[in-house]
Amino acid sequence: MSENKNSTENITGSPLVKRGLADMLVGGVIMDVVTPEQAKIAEDAGAVAVMALERVPADIRATGGVARMSDPDMIEGIIDAVSIPVMAKARIGHFVEAQVLEALKVDYIDESEVLSPADYVNHIDKHSFTVPFVCGATNLGEALRRITEGAAMIRSKGEAGTGDVSEATKHIRTIKSQIAELQALYATSPDLLYVKAKELAAPYDLVLEVAKTGKLPVVLFTAGGVATPADAALMMQLGADGVFVGSGIFKSGNPEARAKAIVKATAQFDDPLAVADASRGLGEAMVGINVADLPAPHRLAERGW
Amino acid sequence: MEKTVGVLALQGGVADHALLLEQLGARVVLVKKPEQLTELDALVLPGGESTTIDRLSRILGLREPLIEAISAGLPTLGTCAGLIMLARSIADPAPGQQSLGLLDVEVGRNAFGSQVDSAETTLTWQDAAGSARPVRAAFIRAPRVISWGEKVEVAARYRGEVVGVRQENLLGISFHPELTGDTTVHEELLSLTER
Repeated sequence: MSENKNSTENITGSPLVKRGLADMLVGGVIMDVVTPEQAKIAEDAGAVAVMALERVPADIRATGGVARMSDPDMIEGIIDAVSIPVMAKARIGHFVEAQVLEALKVDYIDESEVLSPADYVNHIDKHSFTVPFVCGATNLGEALRRITEGAAMIRSKGEAGTGDVSEATKHIRTIKSQIAELQALYATSPDLLYVKAKELAAPYDLVLEVAKTGKLPVVLFTAGGVATPADAALMMQLGADGVFVGSGIFKSGNPEARAKAIVKATAQFDDPLAVADASRGLGEAMVGINVADLPAPHRLAERGW
Repeated sequence: MEKTVGVLALQGGVADHALLLEQLGARVVLVKKPEQLTELDALVLPGGESTTIDRLSRILGLREPLIEAISAGLPTLGTCAGLIMLARSIADPAPGQQSLGLLDVEVGRNAFGSQVDSAETTLTWQDAAGSARPVRAAFIRAPRVISWGEKVEVAARYRGEVVGVRQENLLGISFHPELTGDTTVHEELLSLTER
């Protein structure tokens, strides 16, 4: 129970309130959209939230150059178009882009490696904001550093804009297995957790909490390369709390049908017949790029520290 | 006697309700299929995205069985999106959004603003016997009750708006006691199974 039961003061922006919205997204699909029309398609398909941005990752990749926060008019157009939560991306470390997004009243900010980093040393101090943040991570140490900075939700990074799910698989598996390792250490030799915290480059208290509870203290979604209903169900079976789908929907042949199918497969992830049913007659998936063919400097997941 | 309480587990804040109910000694069933409704002493419709939960309840064939079970008297608590699901009508539905139409209220969605306006606070809860009890509550993009019928009793207000109601076997609240760990409303749900 929260302290201060006698206080009738309204507290905004507390960790409970920030993490609480992520709790309400669990089991759902968050879709990248670039126009109000796409946002409405996503809402109608059952998305739990939309990510408003000017270019989906596949196009950011194709266009090249510096990718930045989207135009406020574009973000407001999407906020006005739908009733579900609207997220938007700020560059890593660009706290002024985050201030702008908070002023626009977006519901969640994604401090995202999909955009070009603005600071190669520091991430945003997310505690100083009322709006909650989601951040990417490729491993447990990175996730815990982001939570230390105030992230209220984590998404495993995957490799955005590829339609290749292999990196998403790698990252969610890495995070989950590192959590299991901490749990095992806690049961057998908890004194080793001090060095574990050093190796993870994360605060000991947070490492201990994860070791005790066997989970992150915030919701863990997965992202980066999910393109089919089976991809989404794979992420859920690997232990994700939900799925981000970036380019996979609106770069496919039939976005309406694919959006609905991915929502259905995410909800019924452990029922192969339901996933089969969701996979029928969707037309072309996004073309995709094999991550193995991507030169290292073009891999977005390596941004963030 | 141990009570069996279902939590509708299509999407949303399922785990925290399950934890709170287990703390109160209940056996929890995560409801994803219609046949699971028959074994329940009580049901929770959790928070989440009401548009998503509505859509999934129809795709998965749960809408009619839910209406049938709750109409037959199954004690049911709806929180946030769950309150919207229970409502007779939604003032500002998303295109095509439906509610179950069981609790005689009209609700308005996102009535207190966007996420930056979401807040935690302590409310006064008028219990069924008329006693005032403090409840620690989190409001997350919360709905409000705009109007209500004769059978509906107002149980809580926040910023001048009605955010908690009861009607026979139904409890509807805009807020999330499961996030703060406050058991007051869940205890009332369990007490409804005694009748």
